[in-house]
Amino acid sequence: MTPRRKRMVLVLSAVAGVAIAATLGLKAFQENILYYYSPTQIASGEITFDDRRIRVGGLVVDGSVQREMGELGVVFDVTDELESVTVAYDGILPNLFREGQGIIAHGRFDDDGIFIADQILAKHDENYMAPEVKESLREAEWQRRQRELREQQEYSGPGEDY
Amino acid sequence: MMDWFSEFLYMDGFAVWVWSAFGVSALVMGLMVWLVIRRHREALRLVRRYHSDGGSR
Amino acid sequence: MGKESWRWFHRFGSPPHVYGLADRMVPWFAILGLACLLTATVWGLAFAPPDYEQGDGFRMIYVHVPAAWLSLFVYVLLALASAIGLIWRMKVAHAVAIAAAPLGAAFTFLSLATGSIWGQPMWGTWWTWDPRLTSQLILLFLYIGFIVLNRAFQDQRSGDRASALLGVVGVVNVPIIHFSVDWWHSLHQPATIAKFGAPSIDTAMLIPLLVMALGYKLFFAWLLLRQLQAELLQRERRAAWTKALVTGPGGTVK
Repeated sequence: MTPRRKRMVLVLSAVAGVAIAATLGLKAFQENILYYYSPTQIASGEITFDDRRIRVGGLVVDGSVQREMGELGVVFDVTDELESVTVAYDGILPNLFREGQGIIAHGRFDDDGIFIADQILAKHDENYMAPEVKESLREAEWQRRQRELREQQEYSGPGEDY
Repeated sequence: MMDWFSEFLYMDGFAVWVWSAFGVSALVMGLMVWLVIRRHREALRLVRRYHSDGGSR
Repeated sequence: MGKESWRWFHRFGSPPHVYGLADRMVPWFAILGLACLLTATVWGLAFAPPDYEQGDGFRMIYVHVPAAWLSLFVYVLLALASAIGLIWRMKVAHAVAIAAAPLGAAFTFLSLATGSIWGQPMWGTWWTWDPRLTSQLILLFLYIGFIVLNRAFQDQRSGDRASALLGVVGVVNVPIIHFSVDWWHSLHQPATIAKFGAPSIDTAMLIPLLVMALGYKLFFAWLLLRQLQAELLQRERRAAWTKALVTGPGGTVK
């Protein structure tokens, strides 16, 4: 082996060694790296959080947001489509907070199983769109639904004549 | 014209954020240019001094 | 590889050749880079449509994303240069790595700073220990560690080898940063453009972003060459070629 080849092997094995160490390390601490838990993970009881402050993440359920009159307080449900968690929060909500939007709540559960958050973070998705495009997408979606409805009616139409 | 401009500056209410993000970027990048060009000039000066001293350094 | 391509490779090992090449390329990178930056700034701020959710706040993408992309690109370049320097004992490669490090650190800082300015109004926090943010912060420390290690030795060659080893193994962090948003639950959104499938961004928003990214790359290339020239001058101040560079035809110092 030439000295150069030897150095090449040395460098590559150093990188490989660190890569393996990093992979194992990250695997071992998988749970600690998780930035937030989903409602399903919480419902399954796979994590013990006792009194620990944790983060819960999911989508804000449509129509679940209730604001207390004259106060900043807000109560809403967070879901991952399977399970849901009720979150209570008293403070200023971020710009991107809205129904259907992904959020992460930081806080702890009270005795009634309600998650008392002291911080709400809005999770942004990776889509960027102009408002007109969003509007036309919504329009297209609406027309598609209308067409489906019409087709269903036409399909069941003759049946009602009997 | 003025309306368009003040609306442009207003940035939908995100003025502080948008302008400070662009401001920080311009500032840091300007600083990078200044430091790098100065460093190159100084290196040239170093070489010049070294050779005019007859290589005493 | 044939003999011809090796000769090409070895010419990059010659400091005077690289110095002269850089001198010829610098004006192009500088002019084109600044032109792209200016065009994309005006385009992105005034002419790209606002986002349906973030309004005009999304325009911060035009300084955040190019800085973040470049911070990773520069690190890969640094690691490759370090590896070439270690394996082929090429002095110019070590000089490239140390020339790139402060620039990479600056872009990493910019990605963190602009991300923080975006995060406060959009997410609701300046900083959080999210996997993407944390791994990007580690990248900044890798750059700083590289610079400190390189300068920590009396002997330039020892410094070069020590820092190069750190630079090479640190490349493991690059895929971690990129895939952190897919591997773990994360606050940071997944990739919009650098992914399989079509980018999930309007073309009218994407084009100025790409122009801006090109501008950042050219800007970096410009400064990298100047940094490299300064590094080569410092390292080779005793060499005949630097003397020829600063002395006129009569042998007097300019």
